[in-house]
Amino acid sequence: MILNQFLLLSAFLFCTGAYGVIARRHTVLVLASIELMLTAVNINLVAFGASLNSAAGQVFALFVLTIAAAEVGVGLAIVLLIYRNLRSADPDDLAELKG
Amino acid sequence: MKTYWFLDHAWLVPLIPAVSFAVILLLGKRFGPRAAWIGICSVGASFVLAVGSVIQWIQHVGDSTNASGTKSAIASAFGGISVAAEGKTSDSKFVAPIVHTTTWLQSGGTKLHVGIQIDGLAVLLMFVVTTVSLLVHVYSTEYLHGDRRFNHYFAALSLFTASMLLLVVSSSTLELLMGWELVGLCSFLLIGHWWEEEANSSAALKAFFTTRTGDIGLLTGVIMTFFVVQRATGHGSFDILAVNASAMKLGAAHQQHTLLLLCALALLLAIMGKSGQFPLHTWLPDAMAGPTPVSALIHAATMVVAGVYLGARVYPIFYQGFHIAKGPFNIMAIVGGITIIIGAALAFVQDDIKKVLAYSTISQLGYMVMALGVGAWTAAIFHLFTHAFFKADLFLGAGSVSHSGAHHSFDMKKDMGGLRKYMPRTFITFLIATAALIGLPLTAGFFSKDEILAVAGANGFTFFKVVGLVGAVMTAAYMTRCVYLTFFGEYRGGHASPAAHGHDEHAHAPHESNNTILIPLYVLSFLAIASGYLLAPEFKINKFTDWVTPHIGNGFVTFSESKFHWADPGIAVAAGLIGIAIAYTFYWTKSYGQDAAAKSPMLRAGKAFLVNKYYLDHLYTDIIVGGIKGPIANAAYWVNQNVIDAVLRYTGKGAVVSANFVYNFIDQRAVDGFYNGTALITGEAGGETRKLQTGRLQEYAWVIVGSVGVFVLALAIWKG
Amino acid sequence: MHLATGFDAWALTLTTFTPLVGLAILLLIPRAEEQLIKVVTLLTTLVTFGFVVYLMSAFDYDKSSQLQFQVKKNWIPALNVHYHLGLDGISLPLLALSAFIVVLCVIYSWNHFPEPHNPKAFFALLLLLEVGMNGTFVAQDLILFFIFFELVLLPMYFMIGVWGGPNREYASIKFFLFTLFGSALMLLSFLALYFKGGHTFDIPELIAANKHGMTHGVQLLIFGGMFLGFAIKVPMFPFHTWLPDAHTEAPTVGSVLLAAVMLKLGTYGFIRIALPILPKAASSWAPWIGLLAVIGIIYGALGCLAQSDMKRLIAFSSVAHMGYVMLAISTLTAFGINAAVFGMVAHGLITGMLFFIAGSVQHGYGTREMSRLGGLLTQAPKMGWILGFCAMASLGLPGLAGFWGEFPAIASSFQPGAGLNEALFRGFMVVAAIGTVFAAGYLLWMLQKVAFGRPKPEFAESHVHDVATAEWIAWLPMLVLIVVLGIFPNIMFHTTNGAVTALTKVFGG
Repeated sequence: MILNQFLLLSAFLFCTGAYGVIARRHTVLVLASIELMLTAVNINLVAFGASLNSAAGQVFALFVLTIAAAEVGVGLAIVLLIYRNLRSADPDDLAELKG
Repeated sequence: MKTYWFLDHAWLVPLIPAVSFAVILLLGKRFGPRAAWIGICSVGASFVLAVGSVIQWIQHVGDSTNASGTKSAIASAFGGISVAAEGKTSDSKFVAPIVHTTTWLQSGGTKLHVGIQIDGLAVLLMFVVTTVSLLVHVYSTEYLHGDRRFNHYFAALSLFTASMLLLVVSSSTLELLMGWELVGLCSFLLIGHWWEEEANSSAALKAFFTTRTGDIGLLTGVIMTFFVVQRATGHGSFDILAVNASAMKLGAAHQQHTLLLLCALALLLAIMGKSGQFPLHTWLPDAMAGPTPVSALIHAATMVVAGVYLGARVYPIFYQGFHIAKGPFNIMAIVGGITIIIGAALAFVQDDIKKVLAYSTISQLGYMVMALGVGAWTAAIFHLFTHAFFKADLFLGAGSVSHSGAHHSFDMKKDMGGLRKYMPRTFITFLIATAALIGLPLTAGFFSKDEILAVAGANGFTFFKVVGLVGAVMTAAYMTRCVYLTFFGEYRGGHASPAAHGHDEHAHAPHESNNTILIPLYVLSFLAIASGYLLAPEFKINKFTDWVTPHIGNGFVTFSESKFHWADPGIAVAAGLIGIAIAYTFYWTKSYGQDAAAKSPMLRAGKAFLVNKYYLDHLYTDIIVGGIKGPIANAAYWVNQNVIDAVLRYTGKGAVVSANFVYNFIDQRAVDGFYNGTALITGEAGGETRKLQTGRLQEYAWVIVGSVGVFVLALAIWKG
Repeated sequence: MHLATGFDAWALTLTTFTPLVGLAILLLIPRAEEQLIKVVTLLTTLVTFGFVVYLMSAFDYDKSSQLQFQVKKNWIPALNVHYHLGLDGISLPLLALSAFIVVLCVIYSWNHFPEPHNPKAFFALLLLLEVGMNGTFVAQDLILFFIFFELVLLPMYFMIGVWGGPNREYASIKFFLFTLFGSALMLLSFLALYFKGGHTFDIPELIAANKHGMTHGVQLLIFGGMFLGFAIKVPMFPFHTWLPDAHTEAPTVGSVLLAAVMLKLGTYGFIRIALPILPKAASSWAPWIGLLAVIGIIYGALGCLAQSDMKRLIAFSSVAHMGYVMLAISTLTAFGINAAVFGMVAHGLITGMLFFIAGSVQHGYGTREMSRLGGLLTQAPKMGWILGFCAMASLGLPGLAGFWGEFPAIASSFQPGAGLNEALFRGFMVVAAIGTVFAAGYLLWMLQKVAFGRPKPEFAESHVHDVATAEWIAWLPMLVLIVVLGIFPNIMFHTTNGAVTALTKVFGG
């Protein structure tokens, strides 16, 4: 079954991305990891779309790509501002919301 | 139907002093000391109106005596209450009270009225209040000359006069309650007139507070009068005529006796507070801290008799509630009887002349309440009437003595004595009033006290007749002592006492007061004798009964007329003379020696009366009089100060202590602690949970990923 | 339903929201322009009061049971919420009291600003408060009522928290949390009414539909929720503990408004919402309400006797006085509820006055400790006599307004309505009558400590200002009203009676 291979790839990519989000010490890399996770989702969408013979999966994948681009744009801008203000891009230094 | 201008416009009588109060209060500064004249003129105007009312009321009684009242006329007088025929109906003459009312407020289908109810009782009290008030106003211009709050004093006097007159003319129990509380307020203001001294303000507080305790009874009692009417007619009302008619109707039908009894008990409590009945009398002697004219007006002649007036006003409540017609004993008579003895015994041990008079007032009020209790309605009111004049005379006389003869002191033993020589006119007036108080023949007190005792005997209250006689002996004795200490013997007030009220007349020898003070004394002395001749069965005069006793069909108690026996006044006079004699003999031998007694003609008379018995009765005198004067009175006083007063005092203290406890422990710790505890627990819980919010992005991510993992795992286990 | 037309349709809206317009203008004025700020605020409140005067003159007193000046517009159609305002005989006196007191508060504030000095913020909050208070008294829709009811909280929270005494943070938070807690339950009750009572929040409709199919248990629960919400606001024992703290810490004007108007929101809620919508539950709850009320009467009085702080004493006296109001309400008779409305207005005037004086005493002496005070009558005689007058009014002297709240309240408990236990309520009556003696006790005691005697040495030389012009202007109307209402009580009873009689029909009396 060809779907399984796609799903396994997607799961691997997702876990890599999740690990990156949790473990990386640089905000840009965290953002990059999020991108990885979104890519995993995209693979899933396309794979299922092909398997179910529906165009919806590809349409959704296109949506996700657009939003991911926008998100990276905003995200990088925020990271840049944080770096300017705090002279650091380590997510652990951004604990301003500590209760 | 004839109209009576003065009676129809009786609402003017309280209104004029009320306006005067406002004027003095708001514009007093502009007038300076002349503000007193605003008060005098307004009370004078009220006096004229009151006299007009008296004359027209007498006309009204005369007009009504011939025209017999029809049943419908009677019913209309009671606001439509059909009065059940009990025995005779309209064969007795029918004198309708003049009633004018307007709606005061309406609430849930009930309309409460305010207005005037003018009848013999109201007219009588209007006359007494305006007369005494006018004289006291005049007297005060001299007595309080130069006082630092001269205008305030006259404003308060005006307000008092207005309130008292409102109480007197009121047509509903609710309105009466209003006047009642207002006179209490004025009493508070005037007792505390010199409020810089804490003793004075404390006395004022005590007076207000004690009468207020009695007012628990008044509040609940007045409320119950409303429901008495409701039970009798279906529609509640505070109107006095309706209350009386309803009480008579319920009583005759033997219905709702518990309600009537409770109502009567509650109102009796009010009477006890206001009219200084045992055991709520302790405020009255303390109230002597006020200026002396105030004591004369408020605490002798008018305000303290408000209780008696209330008793007379809604008498059917008491009559039916206590079954006065039936028994030889009832609570009202007992309260009055105890008060007579207690008050008189206490008067023996006072050194302060005003306190002697205060205790005497308590004792005399006891007579009035007892008279109501034994069914002697007319006698009670008659005694109220005469007592107002001679007691006011005594107080004003004491004031005159203090003002001009004793450097503003009231201490008989330290600062008085022998004043007969320096102040002969004051002495004579004082002596006349004393004779009236003792009940010496041909004075007003003689007729009024006799009437009480005679009716008590005739109605079957023999025990209370004896109590009254014992009281008469004691009254004679303590008043003799008082007169003796003040006016006989050597003058003891040579040393200048510290400035009492900012006058500097210390250097003056005792001298006679001027005419501003003396003229009121003359008038009152005249009335202290003349007022008795309205009801003198010895001379076959019954005017007082005709004019004052209600003749309004079955809406009020019908009184049987007692037959006159010469024995009654005889016994009473004997009692008085015995009292005088015992007292003089005692003081003559024990305290002040032969010389003092020899100077006094009255003493010689008393001695002549007793001289044969003297050596025989030496032991007797020692034990009885000494006993009364010494241990019994002292014990009574001790009980008074240490038990009754202490109960009041410790009740107050206890209230504060328990208040502190309640506040500190229950309120602040338990109740508030509960809320603070809840807040604390919530806060702690929040404090713990907020540690979860670290602010670290990646920890949150851990939690999310971890929980997704857990959920996936759980799903796998559950499904597979 | 008679909807008003023309200007009358706008009258209530204008009365409610004019202060908001004033507030908007106020925000545009720079902070430094103090005089302008004062004038604008005063004008705003005067205009608002002018509208109330118009309402009073145009009100049809013979039909006081009907809602007048009604306006009803769709607001949130999805939830069937309406913008529904209306005025009847019960609302009118309270609305008038609210608008009246605010004017006097502005006048009093003229030269009595609390520290930190910031008239703009202070007056802005005051105007916002007025919107909430006026709105609560005219709202005829539960959601609208709730919004106004809650709107009051916020300005008062800031007033206490910013301008309060030393312990202000504690007091303000306590005040806020207590009331919010009650409101939450109250909102639950409102929602329950919506779902159980025919999907409407409209108060007259809910009243008219009082035969809806709710079981008694549900009614009891719904009433319980409202009870908590309103009882905390009143405040009734044992929910009163926020009151002394809030009063003691609040600035003078805050205390006055709190006592004069805000406490009435709770009792008004009982009369307007809880009793008529849930009459059965009300008669089940009434004995307990009565019990808590008389406990409050005695308890509040004991609390007063234990105080050394004058202002705290007056605060506790509010607990006792509102006890009379609640006792009157719990009798469920027309006589009692008339008395309750009268009692609310009287208490507002009298206790408001007492707080004004307490504020001025503190202004003059810098302390409210009664052990340090004394001789006010020698140093500031006018203020001393006004204090005495208000103490007399507060202890229920006949001839002054306080009496007509107190006496009929006691009288009505002799014979409660709706088949309540007479013996129990007669017991309450006696306790309440004893409470009047306590009232005399603590008020006269305060009067003796503060006004009588000679000044203590520490203040013997200090010059205390007697009543100033601004104070006279602010106080005189209240004093006059206390006397006028005391002598002519029918002014009020005539207004409320129709509405109250209609209300109590469901209780069979």
